[in-house]
Amino acid sequence: MDITGFMSGQRKLLIAGSIVLLLVFIATFPLYGGVYNTRVLTSMLMYVVLAVSWAMFSGPTGYMSLAPAAFFGIGIYTMALLQNELPFPVIIAVGGLLAFALALLVGLVTLRLKGIYFAIFTFGLVVFMSEMVYYVEARLGQIRGRDVIPLDAQMLLYTMLGVAVATLLAAYFIRRSRYGLALLSIGANEEAAAHMGVNTTMIKVILFAVSAIFMGAAGVVTAPALMWVDNRIAFSTFYSFLPILMAVFGGMGQLHGPVIGAAVLGYLDKTLRVQLQVYFMLAFGIILVLVILFLPNGIVGLVPMLQERLRRLTARLRKGGEAEPHANT
Amino acid sequence: MIERIPQLITYGILSGGVYGLLAMGLSLQYGVCRVLNITHGEFVMLGAMLTYALTISLEMNPFLAAAITGPLMFGLGFLLQTTLFRSLKARAPSPAAFEGSALLLAFGLLYVIKYLAQMRWGGASLAAYYLTDKVTFLGMTLFLNQIVAFAAAVALGTAVYVFLTRSRLGRAIRATAEDPATAGLMGVNTNMILALSFGLGGLLAGVAGTVVSTKETISSGMGFNTTVIALIVVALGGLGSVPGSFVGGIIIGIVSMLVVGLWEPVLVVPVYYAILMVLLLARPAGILGKK
Repeated sequence: MDITGFMSGQRKLLIAGSIVLLLVFIATFPLYGGVYNTRVLTSMLMYVVLAVSWAMFSGPTGYMSLAPAAFFGIGIYTMALLQNELPFPVIIAVGGLLAFALALLVGLVTLRLKGIYFAIFTFGLVVFMSEMVYYVEARLGQIRGRDVIPLDAQMLLYTMLGVAVATLLAAYFIRRSRYGLALLSIGANEEAAAHMGVNTTMIKVILFAVSAIFMGAAGVVTAPALMWVDNRIAFSTFYSFLPILMAVFGGMGQLHGPVIGAAVLGYLDKTLRVQLQVYFMLAFGIILVLVILFLPNGIVGLVPMLQERLRRLTARLRKGGEAEPHANT
Repeated sequence: MIERIPQLITYGILSGGVYGLLAMGLSLQYGVCRVLNITHGEFVMLGAMLTYALTISLEMNPFLAAAITGPLMFGLGFLLQTTLFRSLKARAPSPAAFEGSALLLAFGLLYVIKYLAQMRWGGASLAAYYLTDKVTFLGMTLFLNQIVAFAAAVALGTAVYVFLTRSRLGRAIRATAEDPATAGLMGVNTNMILALSFGLGGLLAGVAGTVVSTKETISSGMGFNTTVIALIVVALGGLGSVPGSFVGGIIIGIVSMLVVGLWEPVLVVPVYYAILMVLLLARPAGILGKK
């Protein structure tokens, strides 16, 4: 119909406008926000990258990767090792490629099997990486941890913004491509997808590895803000937990779900974690449990749910409560 | 170096029995309830910390304390299954979708239990060794608590195996694991069976915690690494197989002792991963798992 066409055109314009506004806000933020708030914003963008790239693979397929921190940590260590050897943009690419390589290896071993083996394998992957790095660094190299030279906060914000935009664009185009459809069909019914001619293993492995690129890149850009890293800081299970929580909290079904989840919880993380620590983590655990039980589509799913309720309510009021609303009202 | 190998292998077999016990509960919970319970290690932690609290405050024998912590953990597991996981399952569009969301739910619970424990007990390592007398066996020095822990693990494992294969209830559990819909039609109260199985998994984890506390230091943060070991042992032995858990546990026990004793303690987890990788490439169903 004409009206819906007009509405969707208007809606597109609205979305494009708000995206531009948001980008302008982030780009001009260092001018009035101050250095501390610029760092907070950078950290929120980092969580956007992690949550979106996690949801990129685990959302449609239902294969739950429990190891975003392993790929993120690779990025951090790449920066710590190469900071004086290569220019910054090249290190970002290298960090992304190394994360890609690890994810490819993990995917080739586990993703041809049932999802359960993938979950088992990824659960301890962070510990594996941490111990390996510790062995190489402390036992063979006799050093514990490395300094990372801090870089300008404004430059880091813009770089992280670039990584975030790249992640979102990739997520957007993958969703719209036949690979996105293939991922969805794997999540809905893998056997049927395979019978329809989808090379399920290859699709899973490649897209899992692609999603790891962005995690690695985010790690590279985050490293200078940490100033000093060792195996425990770089490979912390915390960075596996938070992105998953954020994606689930925001809602994995839609692209903007993980973005909103990461922005809200990332802000809380940066502002409250230091003061509240244990209570904070406890609250995050409880949030994850509650969201999975009561908001399977995340807070983004709350909007259509409430709209539907409101519509039913008004329909009932209009009809004086005598008849049940029809399906098309 | 060479002369230490028999001793290390013996140590490995003894601690491997406990790994088997750790994995058995996890394997049962996944096999019957289809929940990959990654809070399993937190249950072990709770068992260990409660045992410690009871032995310190009431000067109780730790194995007597297991008679309290075991049923408590059973209750917790039973409750989690009847409240959270059952309602999640009722709303899941497909079994695969349930497995995914149950995994995430367990992931959230992991943090809830871990940080509740940290609020109560702090993060310090505690030691409540029990039965630390030395025993000489074939020229090797063993500790009494190692032997008792192994014996307790094997006794429990055997009891669970006999229960599952010989009793009526055990048959109902296996039927539910195999085909819940048909089992329900045959008159099995599958919801009750799922809750019992999850509770039994919790009980095994709790008792494993008691056993671990008699011979190792414990802390509120021990759960994560315990879960990693249990998961690898389960994958190694075969999901859902009780004897497989013990076979996997003993392999991991021996390997970890050899790595710690002869090579490098830090490399224990990387070596587990190497073994797991080879296994998944060669025989994905696990050593004793069904194809």
